[in-house]
Amino acid sequence: MEPEKIYQILAEVTDPEIPVLNILDLGIVRNVQIEQDRVLVTITPTYSGCPAMKTIEFDIMASLHEAGIREFEVKTVLDPAWTTDWMTEEGKKKLAAYGIAAPIGKSDARRIEALFAEPVQPACPQCGSMESKLLSQFGSTACKALYQCQSCKEPFDYFKCH
Amino acid sequence: MSNQNLVLEYVLRLADNNLILGQRLSEWCGHAPELETDIALTNIALDLVGQSRNLYQYAAELEGKGRTEDDFAFLRDVTEFKNVLLVEQPNEDFAHTIVRQFYFDVFNSLLYSALCQSEDRQLSAIAEKACKEIKYHLRFSSEWMIRLGDGTDLSHDKMQEAVLNLWDFVSELVSPDAVDIELAKTGIAVDLHQISSLYDTKVREILAEATLDYPQHKSFQKGGKQGNHTEYLGLILAEMQWMQRAYPNAIW
Repeated sequence: MEPEKIYQILAEVTDPEIPVLNILDLGIVRNVQIEQDRVLVTITPTYSGCPAMKTIEFDIMASLHEAGIREFEVKTVLDPAWTTDWMTEEGKKKLAAYGIAAPIGKSDARRIEALFAEPVQPACPQCGSMESKLLSQFGSTACKALYQCQSCKEPFDYFKCH
Repeated sequence: MSNQNLVLEYVLRLADNNLILGQRLSEWCGHAPELETDIALTNIALDLVGQSRNLYQYAAELEGKGRTEDDFAFLRDVTEFKNVLLVEQPNEDFAHTIVRQFYFDVFNSLLYSALCQSEDRQLSAIAEKACKEIKYHLRFSSEWMIRLGDGTDLSHDKMQEAVLNLWDFVSELVSPDAVDIELAKTGIAVDLHQISSLYDTKVREILAEATLDYPQHKSFQKGGKQGNHTEYLGLILAEMQWMQRAYPNAIW
């Protein structure tokens, strides 16, 4: 069994909350290890409280089973902590096409933003306008913030640089 | 206590702090002053509960008696919970909720930053992840402290009242007991003496910017870390645990 085959299977497993992204796009698959007929997939959560992790774990197991693999384990590791830098360029494009603004810039765990600092201004994924306004740092899921486009007035999610 | 048991005790304290505050914040779901605030408070609750799950899973591993994260959350009684008293205090109004959050976030951000350097690899991994999330929390509560403290006369008065009322529970956060001291020696726990002055500086800074008076009376309430709680914890557990108590081992 080749690791490529396992990666092909994992590419079919999507994030239940952002179904346009598969788990490779999201950068949460840390390792695939194959020993004889046994497959070990290591994943890492995006946020500590991400409620999608359990579903993703089950989905991986179901997909492996469906592909005829009988001996497998899905392991979760926390270290090193996930960052949006691991999201693929392909994934970022898919996000924008889906209506979610992709993370801007590189993640810096040490940076502390000043209070009331001007928020980043993602382009509106609907009309492309740069005139967007932050409505809430906390959006529909832990990984997103809520914005509104000032041109077309549509609200949209921004995947926070994390 | 053996070193293993000390670590277990320490991990449970951290987990309990986050779970109980997460549960408290969840009470706002559907009741916050505006939709964005509602989403923010529940997002913070979710982060806290998620962090507590990581900690309970580690506690289960350390204990090695077959208990799971759910057993720790749903099947322990009041005196077995080791959270600080601050987190179990009632939501009251939005002012009290924000001040409680602010007092806690300042502490948690300092604590978890230091925990990233812990000699215990699993604790440092959990902390590394939590740190990134706590930054959002601290920013949210600090901005609301300033917005409301330096807001209208009414919002200022409500905030000042909450700042005074909750002050009693602040000293427990940064006062080490025997477990803290013993574990800090081995580099596993955070030396609370080291963060207490940083804590004070940060609180003073934000209170000043929020035009709120720094409390003059001594903060003195403690006991949570030893399992001696205010009456509120029992009520929280009654609501949080009733399903598992009424229908043992129920799953869905």
